[in-house]
Amino acid sequence: MSDPEARPVSPVFFERRTYRRRRLQDAARILPLIGAFAWLIPLLWPRGAEDGPPMSQALIYVFTIWVVLIVVGAILSYRLTLGEAAEAERSQE
Amino acid sequence: MISFNGLVAICLAYVVLLFAVAFFADGAARRGRGGWLRSPMVYTLSLSVYCTAWTFYGAVGSAARSGLEYLTIYLGPTLVMIGWWWVLRKLVRIGRSQRITSVADLVSSRYGKSNLLAVGVTLLSVTATTPYIALQLQSVTVSLEVFSGSGTGSAIGALATDAASGDGNAPAQSANSAFLVALGLALFTVIFGTRNLDANERHHGVVMAIAVEAVVKLFALMAVGVFVVWGLSGGIAETLARIEASPLRSWDINGGRWAGLIFLSAAAFICLPRMFQVLVVESADEDHLRTASWAFPLYLLLMSVFVVPIAVTGLDLLPAGANPDLFVVTLPLAQGQTELAVLSFLGGFSSATSMVIVASIAVSTMVSNHIVMPLWLRLTGGRASMSGDIRHVVLTARRVSIVSVVLLGYFYYALSGGGTALASIGIISFVGAVQVLPSVLGGIFWRGATRLGALAGLFTGATLWAYTLFLPSFGPVIFSAEFMSAGPFGIGWLAPHALFGLSGMDPFLHALLWSMSLNAIAFFVVSVASFPTPLERLQGAQFVNIFQHSGGPRSWSAGVAQTEDLLIMSQRILGSDQAIALFRREARRMGLKGDLPEPEPGFLETLERELAGSVGAATAHAMVGQIVGGTSVSVQDLIAVADESAQLMEYSARLEAQSAELSRTARQLREANQKLTRLSVQKDAFLSQISHELRTPMSSIRAFSEILRDSDSLSDAEQSKFASIIHDETIRLTRLLDDILDLSVMENGRVSLNLREGTLSDVIERAVAAAAAGEGDGLRIQRNHVSEVVRLHTDLDRLAQVFINLIANARKYCEAEKPVLQIRVRDLGDAICVDFVDNGQGVPEESRDMIFEKFSRMSDQKAGGAGLGLAICRQIMERLGGTISYLPGETGGAFRVRLPRDAALAAE
Amino acid sequence: MTKRLLLIEDEPNIIEAIGFILARDGWHVKSHTSGKDAAEVARRERPDVVILDVMLPGKSGYDILREIRADDSLAGLPVLMLTARGQSKDRELAEQAGANRFMTKPFSNSEVLDAVRALAPAS
Repeated sequence: MSDPEARPVSPVFFERRTYRRRRLQDAARILPLIGAFAWLIPLLWPRGAEDGPPMSQALIYVFTIWVVLIVVGAILSYRLTLGEAAEAERSQE
Repeated sequence: MISFNGLVAICLAYVVLLFAVAFFADGAARRGRGGWLRSPMVYTLSLSVYCTAWTFYGAVGSAARSGLEYLTIYLGPTLVMIGWWWVLRKLVRIGRSQRITSVADLVSSRYGKSNLLAVGVTLLSVTATTPYIALQLQSVTVSLEVFSGSGTGSAIGALATDAASGDGNAPAQSANSAFLVALGLALFTVIFGTRNLDANERHHGVVMAIAVEAVVKLFALMAVGVFVVWGLSGGIAETLARIEASPLRSWDINGGRWAGLIFLSAAAFICLPRMFQVLVVESADEDHLRTASWAFPLYLLLMSVFVVPIAVTGLDLLPAGANPDLFVVTLPLAQGQTELAVLSFLGGFSSATSMVIVASIAVSTMVSNHIVMPLWLRLTGGRASMSGDIRHVVLTARRVSIVSVVLLGYFYYALSGGGTALASIGIISFVGAVQVLPSVLGGIFWRGATRLGALAGLFTGATLWAYTLFLPSFGPVIFSAEFMSAGPFGIGWLAPHALFGLSGMDPFLHALLWSMSLNAIAFFVVSVASFPTPLERLQGAQFVNIFQHSGGPRSWSAGVAQTEDLLIMSQRILGSDQAIALFRREARRMGLKGDLPEPEPGFLETLERELAGSVGAATAHAMVGQIVGGTSVSVQDLIAVADESAQLMEYSARLEAQSAELSRTARQLREANQKLTRLSVQKDAFLSQISHELRTPMSSIRAFSEILRDSDSLSDAEQSKFASIIHDETIRLTRLLDDILDLSVMENGRVSLNLREGTLSDVIERAVAAAAAGEGDGLRIQRNHVSEVVRLHTDLDRLAQVFINLIANARKYCEAEKPVLQIRVRDLGDAICVDFVDNGQGVPEESRDMIFEKFSRMSDQKAGGAGLGLAICRQIMERLGGTISYLPGETGGAFRVRLPRDAALAAE
Repeated sequence: MTKRLLLIEDEPNIIEAIGFILARDGWHVKSHTSGKDAAEVARRERPDVVILDVMLPGKSGYDILREIRADDSLAGLPVLMLTARGQSKDRELAEQAGANRFMTKPFSNSEVLDAVRALAPAS
């Protein structure tokens, strides 16, 4: 709605806590990309009964990433409270 | 072995339990003690509606056939949940602050409340959901068959189409049970899904029941898994060893399918009607998403962790040819673990029922909101919004929709024979549902997305989906084998599975690739090329910048309606005077002193209707709703849009009406000017006239009084004659002054009427007699006495005064050799007309609008009254509730007196 | 010989009053009420003085006056205009039309008498 020029200029530097929060948001954004990347790695594996890695290893690989994603996601989600998030995003954009 | 009837009894008991849970939760929520109902855990569990019977049974089947490919169906949603910060957070916020009721509503709302888009998404959703519901019903039937020992059953949810072929002659009781299940689910959904017409479309009872079902199916699958790993295989290491020894021992995945399915399931997780329902619509608190972001991936992980062990063990232990789709039930059964098998069956039953319930709620909401209601409103012609039964209609529409959707699923199941045709329907359904993805994501991230773009994308995607995947799935019934291979009319590059020469691909990947890419391209290109309406732009800004507008979700009650804001907005649309008049009228209606009414529903409805006349119903609703609903839209935004649309309307209206308006204005100005000039001339003339009228009798009075004073030699006869002349002239003066006063009093509206009963013929008789008094000249009056027999209830004296005036005028002005005045009475039903038509020259056209003005006289020469007669007549008729007008088109001068039938009422 | 006066006036009471006053003074008063043929009547009657009202049915007094002035046979006929309109505009109109005297109603009897006497050609 408002004119882009009319927006208040957001500060370039933040205090430490705000800065930390920003990096947490970055992490929350990047996490699914990392997960997708990791889960697409099996595409590089050779296929077939002879060349392919054993099923059990593939299983362990996929589930390990899964568990890591869940754990990191849980940590991130608890440190990112929504109130802060909304506030942070408002001042950011 | 448990009996079939026993199993049905268990199902019934389970359904009764669900009823109880839903009833209890609904009751608690209504009593305001439902806080615990809205816990993050319940929200997370409700998301498990994603895991249908297709995944419950089919995952193991798929693993047995294609190895780890089944995981893709879980990995996609996991990534979406882990990436909640990107999409879901925004979707949930938008859904809550914009009060979105379905994915169709989201798309429609984002693109300027377009109902066409909503209908499109709704139809797509119904098409994609119906086979999926059929699949759930089939799963229940087939798993029942396992217990009744009628065979291995048909494929349920194999990802591949090469599942075991259907058991053509399924027992009648199974088919019946499918119908019973369908009926039961429809009943449950109707009861708990349409209990309230909540503004937020939340269904606490349903959500709670779904959460319970989530626990049941997870517990059932894990129980089987634990039994398999520790009970049958003897531990984790042994299980891994068994995997190594199985036919599935190595990684053998089609890369395209792996990536494509992850993408598809991720997209479907957002776009499926039922997922949108639980993720966004039923979301009680945004904060729950934070928990669900990791808890739901955990749930999915637990759901899938035992799939491979069960599949491998099933392949190992069960006889070759056993349907792997049913391993979760048949494996425990083969091991004599009937209770476990029943539990597992209940898990599958839970998966099926929860899907059917939520999907039918979601789809019925769309159908009733976007198809039934608009149709109904159109059929009733807008009268509906005024009567109070609209809630009832909505609820009925919702209920009928639910039953229809479920029954549609049942008929699809019954007609398709429950064979392999259904096996691949899960994926087909997913691909159909995700066609809204470009519109949804584009809508919430890109302000440039337009309605036309969304329509183009949706249409392109849906068409390609239907052509390359959905219609071919029916087999040769729709597209013949030749059509499939050679394309329509032998055009090879149009063959459904090898579009544009892209042959040899997996049909699913082929369809996904073409539909999604062309969908997105059409969406983008048309969006870029088209221009959005103001409302679209507002909604676009709202959706894309949702976090800048809303500090946090606000509840309905927090939205205090600002009447003043409404007034400001209305002024922009209706125009200042009209808006203020409307608001004042409403305030009076409520008995308030000021100009601002209370924002109560009646007033808002009125306002909305008023606004709808200018900007259309959907927009008006959105505007009023957004101010009153306290949603995140700021008043400034609304006013900006109102301004914008007012400008647009003004501009186009100007363009259309400019020349007409200008010439009309010019004509009006010209007329007004002429009238003013004439009035001014006539005012001068009137002053002269009044002077003349006063001076003439005064001349006689003065002359004779001087004669009486100065002459001594007057005879008695002369004296008395002169005195009586003086007397008559004073009376004439008095009458003149009376006339002037009469007119002035009547113009001020302060004249009391003397209402009496009488007949029109008496009044005319009196008037004719009075007007003829003392005049011996030859005005002949023609009357029709029969037509004059009309009873009146009015001020007879005043009416007679009007008639006298008209007759006197005819006498005075009619210049015919033998003047004739016709008095004609006509009954017009609601009014009576008395026409006075003479055979003179009549009133020239240019004078006709002047003759009733009070300074008016026909001309300087035609002396007579003071020019007050007709002005007084007009005032009298106004007071009597009638009119007097010049009657054009007659040969001579003609006046029409119009009396309302019920003259008494008009005169108060 | 008695002087002849033509009174063109539509108001019967005023005719009566002026007639009475002038008759008492020895005038022979002839009255006429219509404007249409007033000039013709003047030609026929050959009065010594004319009293002419302005507002007459059929034709205005000014028109009659102009007609009289345009007629050579009536040259020098003195005309006294009487009008109930007292505006200066009316006086100007009367003078332009060629009235010898202009009086506003209501008039004083003696003034009318004086004016008529003064207008009457000395004989």
